Amino acid sequence: MNDVILNVENLTTAFDTEEGQLRAVDDVSFFLRKGRNLGIVGESGCGKSVTALSIMRLLPKPAGNILSGKIDFKGTEIISLPAGDMHAIRGNQIAMIFQEPMTALNPVHTIGRQVGEIFSLHFPEMNDSDIRKASLEMLKKVGIPEPLKRMTEYPHQISGGMRQRVMIAMALACRPDILIADEPTTALDVTIQAQILNLIRDLQAETGMSVIFITHDLGVIAELCDEVVVMYAGQVVETAPIRELFHNPRHPYTRGLLTSIPTLDSAHKKPLKVIHGVVPSLDDLPAGCRFENRCPHAREICSTAPPPLVDINPNHAAGCYFAKDLTPWKPVNTGSGDNNG
Amino acid sequence: MAEMDTMTQPLLTVEDLKMYFPVYGGVMRRRVAQVYAVDGVSFTIPAGRTLGLVGESGCGKTTVGRTILRLYRPTSGRVSFDGHNIMTLDRGALQELRRDMQIIFQDPFESLNGRHTIQEILEEPFRIHGIGSSADRQKRVPQLLERVGLSRNTLTRFPHEFSGGQRQRIGIARAIALEPRLVVCDEPVSALDVSIQSQIINLLLELQRGMGLSYLFIAHDLAVVKHISDRIAVMYLGRIVEYADAATLYACPRHPYTRALIAAIPVPDPDARKDQPVLAGDVPSPMNPPSGCHFRTRCPYAVERCRNETPGLRPVPNGPDEQHLAACHRLEEIGAS
Repeated sequence: MNDVILNVENLTTAFDTEEGQLRAVDDVSFFLRKGRNLGIVGESGCGKSVTALSIMRLLPKPAGNILSGKIDFKGTEIISLPAGDMHAIRGNQIAMIFQEPMTALNPVHTIGRQVGEIFSLHFPEMNDSDIRKASLEMLKKVGIPEPLKRMTEYPHQISGGMRQRVMIAMALACRPDILIADEPTTALDVTIQAQILNLIRDLQAETGMSVIFITHDLGVIAELCDEVVVMYAGQVVETAPIRELFHNPRHPYTRGLLTSIPTLDSAHKKPLKVIHGVVPSLDDLPAGCRFENRCPHAREICSTAPPPLVDINPNHAAGCYFAKDLTPWKPVNTGSGDNNG
Repeated sequence: MAEMDTMTQPLLTVEDLKMYFPVYGGVMRRRVAQVYAVDGVSFTIPAGRTLGLVGESGCGKTTVGRTILRLYRPTSGRVSFDGHNIMTLDRGALQELRRDMQIIFQDPFESLNGRHTIQEILEEPFRIHGIGSSADRQKRVPQLLERVGLSRNTLTRFPHEFSGGQRQRIGIARAIALEPRLVVCDEPVSALDVSIQSQIINLLLELQRGMGLSYLFIAHDLAVVKHISDRIAVMYLGRIVEYADAATLYACPRHPYTRALIAAIPVPDPDARKDQPVLAGDVPSPMNPPSGCHFRTRCPYAVERCRNETPGLRPVPNGPDEQHLAACHRLEEIGAS
């Protein structure tokens, strides 16, 4: 366990709203190993982004608060860390990139100035010419063509894919231990998405950083991640190594997600398998399992009390009373290529 | 399937459609440039069939959808629907025809009036077209709602009280209210969560079977498009670069862009990780597209000829689909695999 760089234990984060206090993240635990890539997957409102913002201590104030739990980063408990000390970790050691780079970049400053600012903030000893050199180097490294020209341009003058590259350059400028990427490719076209995924993979191999990759797209998870956490309605419902998750999913929601996406092998124009119904609202959660109202396997016990996380093996757990009893997994919508492992 | 298509009379025929938007600039607000959003697009949709239109942002797919409904007046080209030339219709005739041609938008929240109840939203098409008495509508609107899988006791509620998926169902109910023959679906599931996407796709498939609808299905997600479409047109910078039946397009793509697009889709299978090179570069601006083949600046096969000569759509020889078309000078050299 000594290669664990980030350990999140029983994290609960709530928002004060007109409907009362809503627990967007409820008793969430997982850990990230050094140099590995952890995927957090789930649909809108499942708490995946709030989990990331909790780790960064960037929750919108005063509404968002961490109620309980521990976040251990390299031996330091960061939830209780004074703001000043957290500031030294954020950006320097844990950096984050977002879905929409346009809103994260300042529209009135040039690219060069914004990348340079990272260096001048975190390395006060650098002079202007060093900063300029380092910025240029960073832009080159993330594959921006004509970096010298881009330095003098403004965010609106470059494409969405280029903006995301600039964001990555800024996030990696301080060589962080952890990069948290929150849906970084969702707003991009598929060919550009493939470029960005390759870039993250290459940079990870080069720097040895760990990555938390947050997405709703299981395809992206399969391309990039080593371990996966599946979230539903604020809770972790399954956690497993990547191949285990795709070949032996043990939670009915994970199975539903895997079968409801059309793939290139889906039977043409045939009805897709669906997860019926909708996610329960956070202000009206059931007493038992939160997936119970949509679950094809639900029985009486499911509505009585929340199911525990059942260990399938030391690396694989699922929050379902019947996790061990579900039938062996057969992919439904995917046809070919599932027996080459 | 190709044979059936030729036997069926096309419901919609689009020929050499062009839509250029002017760009104004300078102190005098003069026309300084134009955006070549749609640059010579042709296709047909037979009754009861689905044409998928795919491409990345800025390729002109949304503009095609809006132009054939004449929400934009095209620069040139011909669109005929059931034998009527839409481009020359006057206002009255156009309104009449719009009963038969409807649209579903990507964001159902922005396209539903937030101050109207569901009852009012769904009554509106009947009112605008003067169909049925008030009592008649009171009966038909609840039926419509049930048809798209919503309960009739939601009629008095407002759009904001619904989830994204439910709102899209309301948008669909409004589109099918007058029993149209063609529905343009503009990214109808892109904004929805995956578990909701499949519900909406199933609903669209079911309505097509039940009502004999034709769809122009516009999306950037190729797996979704492949699932729902009979034929697919791939667009790049205002032009169709490949056109084939759904199975052929994915099994034997011939245009380098289509291949790159398919290769870039992340496959939900960790054993299928790809190490192939990804397409480099960005889509050029449609204001100043490259000469010749628009794709040549990103194409690994580009040669001098691609710069000088615009490749037209031409038949792909020896394929499983006789009507397979692709626009590439080097089709034969690039080969089939």
